Amino acid sequence: MLEQKDFGTPERIADEDVTLEIDGMKVSVPRGTSIMRAAGMCDVNVPRLCATDSLEPFGSCRLCLVEIEGRRGYPASCTTPVEPGMKVHTQSAKLQALRRGVMELYISDHPLDCLTCSANGDCELQDMAGKVGLREVRYGFEGRNHLAESRDESNPYFAYDPAKCIVCNRCVRACEEIQGTYALTIIGRGFDSRVSAGKSFMESDCVSCGACVQACPTATLQEKSVTEMGLPEHGVVTTCAYCGVGCAFIAEMKGEEVVRMVPYKHGQANEGHSCVKGRFAWGYATHQDRILKPMIRSRITDPWREVSWDEALDYAASEFRRIQEKHGKNSIGGIVSSRCTNEEGYLVQKLVRAAFGNNNVDTCARVCHSPTGYGLKQTLGESAGTQTFKSVEDSDVIMVIGANPTDAHPVFASRMKKRLKAGARLIVIDPRKIELVDAPHVKADFHLPLKPGTNVAMLSAIAHVIATEGLMDMEFIRQRCEEKAFLQWRDFVSLPENSPEAMEEVTGVPASLVRGAARLYATGGNAAIYYGLGVTEHAQGSTAVMAIANLAMATGNIGRSGVGVNPLRGQNNVQGSCDMGSFPHELPGYRHVSDPATRDLFEHAWGVHVQQEPGLRIPNMFDAALDGSFKGLYCQGEDIVQSDPNTRHVAEALSSMECIVVQDIFLNETTLYAHVFLPGSSFLEKDGTFTNAERRISRVRKVMQPKAGFADWEVTIELSKRLGYPMDYRHPSEIMDEIARLTPTFHGVSYEKLDRLGSIQWPCNEEAPSGTPIMHVDHFVRGKGKFIVTKYVATDEKVTKRFPLILTTGRILSQYNVGAQTRRTENVQWHEEDVLEIHPHDAEERGIADNGWVKIQSRSGETVLRAKISERMQPGVVYTTFHFPESGANVITTENSDWATNCPEYKVTAVEVKPATEPSSWQKSYARFRKAQHELLASS
Amino acid sequence: MDMQNLIHMANQIGDFFETIPDHEESLSGIANHLQRFWEPRMRMQLLEHVDARNGEGLKPVVLEALRIHRGDLIAHH
Ligand code: SF4
Ligand code: SF4
Ligand code: SF4
Ligand code: FES
Repeated sequence: MLEQKDFGTPERIADEDVTLEIDGMKVSVPRGTSIMRAAGMCDVNVPRLCATDSLEPFGSCRLCLVEIEGRRGYPASCTTPVEPGMKVHTQSAKLQALRRGVMELYISDHPLDCLTCSANGDCELQDMAGKVGLREVRYGFEGRNHLAESRDESNPYFAYDPAKCIVCNRCVRACEEIQGTYALTIIGRGFDSRVSAGKSFMESDCVSCGACVQACPTATLQEKSVTEMGLPEHGVVTTCAYCGVGCAFIAEMKGEEVVRMVPYKHGQANEGHSCVKGRFAWGYATHQDRILKPMIRSRITDPWREVSWDEALDYAASEFRRIQEKHGKNSIGGIVSSRCTNEEGYLVQKLVRAAFGNNNVDTCARVCHSPTGYGLKQTLGESAGTQTFKSVEDSDVIMVIGANPTDAHPVFASRMKKRLKAGARLIVIDPRKIELVDAPHVKADFHLPLKPGTNVAMLSAIAHVIATEGLMDMEFIRQRCEEKAFLQWRDFVSLPENSPEAMEEVTGVPASLVRGAARLYATGGNAAIYYGLGVTEHAQGSTAVMAIANLAMATGNIGRSGVGVNPLRGQNNVQGSCDMGSFPHELPGYRHVSDPATRDLFEHAWGVHVQQEPGLRIPNMFDAALDGSFKGLYCQGEDIVQSDPNTRHVAEALSSMECIVVQDIFLNETTLYAHVFLPGSSFLEKDGTFTNAERRISRVRKVMQPKAGFADWEVTIELSKRLGYPMDYRHPSEIMDEIARLTPTFHGVSYEKLDRLGSIQWPCNEEAPSGTPIMHVDHFVRGKGKFIVTKYVATDEKVTKRFPLILTTGRILSQYNVGAQTRRTENVQWHEEDVLEIHPHDAEERGIADNGWVKIQSRSGETVLRAKISERMQPGVVYTTFHFPESGANVITTENSDWATNCPEYKVTAVEVKPATEPSSWQKSYARFRKAQHELLASS
Repeated sequence: MDMQNLIHMANQIGDFFETIPDHEESLSGIANHLQRFWEPRMRMQLLEHVDARNGEGLKPVVLEALRIHRGDLIAHH
């Protein structure tokens, strides 16, 4: 097994080292380090129960006592910091006796069923009993004990068995310090004290992050999978395949079966923490719904036919070629998955460019962070966030705009909360009262609850205050930014019409709040902006991203730790798929297809002609399909039918196409319109890399054979071969070598280096051989930073008498996007359907009851959901998630999009909501269609 | 493709570049954006609309940009 060494107390960083002696060995450690940790560093492991190095020391178990020359008594080594010249002894007869005494007390109230305990072999209590040489227990087991207390099995993934609890408090502290949820307390005193989540874990505030389970030294808090399957036999470090935080895990295995996923302490993105999805919701990977055989059919009304890989691939290739002959080279395209690896994304775009011979390739970043790519490239020069996650530890002011990190980026949110609890100030700009506004021990200094669709107005108003109140960092601007553009921007934002007072009517936020927030951002020290899809998924998404970059440049908050512009990216590999050239206008490394030097490079390497014109973006593909000029699509690992806006429009477009090839692990909604189904492979079944929101490239490692026989990259190679363009790679590392050769920001990346360093943040090349945690340090990637005038333009999606409410969409912690994975896990226990959140006033006006059915109508369509009356919403705004296909959240959203990138305006749809008694006509017809499609599958 | 949608998207682009104080820059900004991000069939269709219907529905600044930079917007293959 991969051991994660525990030093007992956290690492300390200090300018100065302290030298001391432990059991006769000299050791130098940073000032502030505990004796226990210093001992661990010279491989002396002092016995302990209440200490673990992910938590601050607590000093309750008294097992870690040591002797210090010249000092009386037996101080606890976990809570005693080192001092220069100290001489420490960790072993003596007296210490032995004391420790045995302590152990004896613990064991006397502990069931002695070690042999049958699920943690047998992985229990610190057991280890310590051995270590202190406990041989007998004098108190007997007849006295008062907790052995009969009942277990709490309410959480689907872990159980709590109070009989085994030693009240070390580690779980309580993990929940507070690491996760920041405060779901657990110790109730009772002395002998009666017990860990409590209130009634039960499921009824508590617990978010099932697993931090307490990880911290528990005994089997008290234990994964149910371990209880069922027994302890794992080997472990492999890999990367979570859910979100853009990119947490590292050890996949703990028994043969080819996963026993549990344990957060990896040395994972630089998560530092040993996890959320419910990565930690527990991996069961989808082996779910019975996985489709493991290729299938084809010539029309979408035909039954599916199971065929061999050869037949399926031959058919797909011949169809693509037939379509191109009939409708032209540009009549087909491909979609790169943001869920697959970098190497797989690279191959799909290569297939489109080299084998299809066009640039019709896009990725789901189109519908999420494409404005980030555009906006940051224009202003700063690189299409990526500027910081490393760790940078948040140096922030004094944190501004969160249009993001809900506690739900969507939970592990990073915990890191952020930790900093906020330690004193950083917080500004939240969001229509909803997101959790951070008022969480346990975290309160926003300012919450600006703006009307959806008015981000640019708000950002201009903030800029107005900074520019007109003399809060700009003129030195930074003079040295680092283009002067002419700066002056234009300054004059623009200083106009009276951009003042918070003038914008009050647009944003709905009192000017005084905006002024206060702007002053805090500009003058509060290191200020960092974190933003999400609430910024990008708007008609002015790209404009808002540029407005954010303007703010950072104007206040000099860029180019060092603690500051910066940080997009919280959604999918596990959405950063990577963009980096790999999956946009129709860019080759890998964000180089425009019209650039002759770049094209030349790729043409030489690939031996083909690369088109110099941009290809179709996903929404353009749909439009072109309806137009009759786009007929074939290779869609790897993406569900465009469920996730793209205006479902009816998408469905019509797809129905008009002649060959849609879907490569996925499940029969997703897009498959209902497909002609070829190629089984995909989960992240457990392949090697590769993912790149997270901080540009961190991490390894994905294969722990089992691909269930359908091939990893996704192998399937792309097979398809390419049949299109007459063979690709010769034996392993994904060779694909990465090619990427590195052809992409300046990846020149220094290799699997060997990834294995050595753990992970690498690009750019990684000759100038930065170990990568770049923080960008734009001395100068911007584009040379000088460019301010851009960002005028507010109201969206066309306006509320009217007919559609008086604004619908905005988002996601929640336990479910993931289209839900294909999480819906197939026990996570449904937290969220079993999408609901419409509505403010009490709006509900009352319409006679809507909590939990009652409501019909939501927009100009695109209508659907029916249950209502949840909630004060988190402001009046006039309703909210829903889009995790379940039958909810049809995207039946309502419109095809309005960002002006620069066509990123859909998911966050603003004018709707009306009314009580309803039955599903909408769309839901009924879609249900019929789905049922028919599933029958076509069954009859195959 | 749906002409109304193309016009709408082109006008949105116009809204953005119109705010640049220098008019020439606005025009080249619009044309450059279309050239770099719009697939040729979308550009060509928009240009046809300019010819056939005088660019009906397009903002003046967009129409001007299309006319002045027409040469750059024609597809290269
Ligand atoms: S549940 Fe585990 S971590 Fe929590 S107090 Fe009991 S033994 Fe310690
Ligand atoms: S699982 Fe996480 S949130 Fe739940 S009690 Fe444990 S530490 Fe707290
Ligand atoms: S925060 Fe994201 S990457 Fe980390 S475990 Fe959760 S879903 Fe996975
Ligand atoms: S480990 Fe030091 S007191 Fe418990």
